[in-house]
Amino acid sequence: MTGTITISLHLNGEAVTATLPARMSLVDFLRETMGLTGAHVGCAHGVCGACTVRVDGAAVRGCLMLAAQADGATVDTIEGLTDTGAIADLQDAFHRHNAVQCGYCSPGMLITAADLLDRATLPDRAEIRDHISGNYCRCTGYQAIVDAISEVATARTKGAA
Amino acid sequence: MTLHAYDRPVSYIGASVPRPNATRLLQGRGRYVDDKVLPRMVHAAFVRSPHAHARILSIDVSAARALPGVVAIYDGADMAKVITPWVGVLTHLSGMRSPPQPALAHGVAHWQGEPVVMVIAQSRAVAEDAAALVDIDYEVLPAVCDMDTALAPDAPRIHPGLDSNLCWERKFETGAVDAAFADPTTTVVERRFTFGRHTGVTLEPRAVIGDYDPSEDRLTMHYSGQAPHMMQSVVSRHLGVPEARVRVVAEDVGGSFGIKIHTYGDEIATLAAAKMLKRPVKFVADRLESFLSDIHARDHRITARAAVDADGRLTAVEIDDVTGIGPYSVYPRSSGIEGNQVVNLTGAPYDFPAYRARLRVVFQNKTPMCQYRAVGHPIAVAVMEGLMDDLAHATGRDPADMRRINLRRDDSYPCTSPQGMRFADLSHQQCMEKLLTLMDYEGLKADRDAARARGIHRGIGLVSMVEVTNPSPMFYGVGGAPIAAQDGATARLDASGAVHVANSITEQGQGTETILAQITADVMGVTMADVHVTTGDTATVPYGGGTWASRGAGIGGEAMLQAARALRAQVLEVAGVILQAAPDTLTLVGGAVVDAATGAERITLRDLARTVYYRGNELPPGLKPELIATRHYRVTDYPFVFTNGAMASYVEVDPDTGMVKLLSHWVVEDVGTILNEKLVDEQIRGGVVQGIGGALFEECIYSDDGQMQNATMADYLVPMAGEMPDITIAHVCTPTRTSDLGAKGAGEAGTAGAPAAVMNAINDALRPLGAATLSQMPMTPERILRALGTVA
Repeated sequence: MTGTITISLHLNGEAVTATLPARMSLVDFLRETMGLTGAHVGCAHGVCGACTVRVDGAAVRGCLMLAAQADGATVDTIEGLTDTGAIADLQDAFHRHNAVQCGYCSPGMLITAADLLDRATLPDRAEIRDHISGNYCRCTGYQAIVDAISEVATARTKGAA
Repeated sequence: MTLHAYDRPVSYIGASVPRPNATRLLQGRGRYVDDKVLPRMVHAAFVRSPHAHARILSIDVSAARALPGVVAIYDGADMAKVITPWVGVLTHLSGMRSPPQPALAHGVAHWQGEPVVMVIAQSRAVAEDAAALVDIDYEVLPAVCDMDTALAPDAPRIHPGLDSNLCWERKFETGAVDAAFADPTTTVVERRFTFGRHTGVTLEPRAVIGDYDPSEDRLTMHYSGQAPHMMQSVVSRHLGVPEARVRVVAEDVGGSFGIKIHTYGDEIATLAAAKMLKRPVKFVADRLESFLSDIHARDHRITARAAVDADGRLTAVEIDDVTGIGPYSVYPRSSGIEGNQVVNLTGAPYDFPAYRARLRVVFQNKTPMCQYRAVGHPIAVAVMEGLMDDLAHATGRDPADMRRINLRRDDSYPCTSPQGMRFADLSHQQCMEKLLTLMDYEGLKADRDAARARGIHRGIGLVSMVEVTNPSPMFYGVGGAPIAAQDGATARLDASGAVHVANSITEQGQGTETILAQITADVMGVTMADVHVTTGDTATVPYGGGTWASRGAGIGGEAMLQAARALRAQVLEVAGVILQAAPDTLTLVGGAVVDAATGAERITLRDLARTVYYRGNELPPGLKPELIATRHYRVTDYPFVFTNGAMASYVEVDPDTGMVKLLSHWVVEDVGTILNEKLVDEQIRGGVVQGIGGALFEECIYSDDGQMQNATMADYLVPMAGEMPDITIAHVCTPTRTSDLGAKGAGEAGTAGAPAAVMNAINDALRPLGAATLSQMPMTPERILRALGTVA
């Protein structure tokens, strides 16, 4: 319960070394130790998706992974993905479509959406709805989120053509 | 040439502009309570009652106290010394009673999840470790859970000081009800409804930081909630800190929906601990305790009947509602408003002469129940719309015609319902006709019938509805609650020519700050980027009620309009002096004072402000510009404003599995003046989906002894993206006569109407199969299969 562990990881492009309680979850490490409060804790049991971050390129629930497991990994949070501009088109589309209300789900939702667009070229609305079905949003009713993701998918496909 | 409003470079009212404050939320730069870290801050965890009803025999905290990192441990007796208990009754709900409620259970715990012991430690993790070491000995008492048996004469009493488990009863009657039902020429339908408990599941759990400075006797509450000034008063009353020395700050709030507008013992205890420890204390509910401690909603059993004459005209409606509220009426809004709304609003869209209602509000050993989005509305709408479909079926009429016959006529306002609700500026007929066109009702019926021929079971559900908005003091203030029905707005021109506004309504993502900026920018002739909005801080905003009952746009928006107009008048007065022109020949466009006739720029707001602030010597001595204006607004002519709308659902039911597929959903809503259509539509869509949650998925399932069986996110189902339909929205716009702005409110209509639409659609789909009528929500696959007789 009181054991500590030292980990090194690439966090938002920076090399980070930290000593922390071995039982600490990744999202608690990001929020409490590193001050990266963009990932949110909505349930702490892996259901709601508000804590979704990227670990080695994959969308991961930050509450279901121990920080210790991130030793040697590359971790990207909403803050890092904002700074690099990697998801700027998604953020802009979410803004224009009002696909955000309280904003608590938004960082996780954006990372999940980016994950879909990384693997599917032109997902239809049903595929988009299916892919974000692990991310709770209690405010929007989801339609605007689907609209925003769909628009970006189309734009990215055109851009690539 | 004269400048017309449409010639202005920007006109924001009515424009679907994106929310300026949403950008940072999308960048992970939100400022929610749990994001805040204060110097010397410690963390609270609570030991909660594992029993629905139990006497606390002993509490042993020795092992917990010995754990390194533990700072303090308090039980109910400790907290009773520093927090006075509260009583959640309103005097205008005559006869309501509820015993004093302590912050932490003291002597007896009354629901599973009631906080019993508070542990404070250097980290939340250590606080939870220590909480697990607290040893409490309970004597389990009989739990009174079922609201019907709770009223039996021999039922165990939850509160020994009361002669029964009844919190409040209201009965009233208008017109010749018995005669109408006894008339042999009428058709009468009767139905029994059950509405399960559900809860808000705000994605951000409840969270609070108490920060006390003994040197000034100042207590700051960092608050995730909707009504900062109400909380300021509550905290002052029960912690003994002068009200002016309590500051409540609500920055970003991760969803609220009515959950975060009540008094919670764990939050008040957190503030008390901060005061005792003289250092900041943070408490963030985890999801498991959210399910057991956030207020629950609904929980009604209703018997209702209605009669129509040979022409299909409603002659009478009767409703008997029993609603379970947990062990206490929640403070300070009371748990009586939900049921009161049900009996006040049932049948509101329709014109009928006779009405009888009985409401009984009952104590139980379950989590407290209180106001949640669309308070009472989904129940009232589902009951009446269910009866309307039954009447249509019984008299061989099309459900749309049944409504056409009975809707209040659009030319009949103002008018008063049998319950005494005063309606004005509504448009039920227009909304219904627009809905039927929007959804292609006749085409849809043909599609449904063709599908039936193929063995596919589709159904259409129609709804007409009202939504209470913009309440006057008749809602709460008249009953003695510290809840303002008025809101205040301040508008100020700074030395750079930018406009700063502050308003007592609050933002939980609806777009509150955006509409305030839109209104201000419009009046002041500046861009929205030049309007800077502050909300959610009792130290800096005018006094007001906050955001609830869909009152933000209608009341806070109107206050903002009047404040901006007052500032504009001041600016034009100063400009008139500086420019030696009559103020009424000038107007504001593009950040400048311009000639109203020609549009020629005369002086920028920046230059005007600098003249006033820096070079006052250039102004005549008698001119003392304020360049700041505050206005307050409350609804005075009517107890409430109402919006109205019509809604439809199209569903497909699989009779083998009981699964419901939502094919389409349509809404036509009359919210009065639309300030930002995108924001209105998204309020409606989000509301519809929350309503669908209650209709199909969400239920707090309890065992007979009061244990909630599904208190995790994995077990309590909410609507997810995959199951939700696209929702088509259209508008009818009848501005309310009660304000210049004309906005009625939009936050709750979706939740109010969607459950009834889905229920009627499912029953329409199942009727050809001979199924029993579904009248219990949520309408789960199991309940659908029971209705079909597939399972016993």
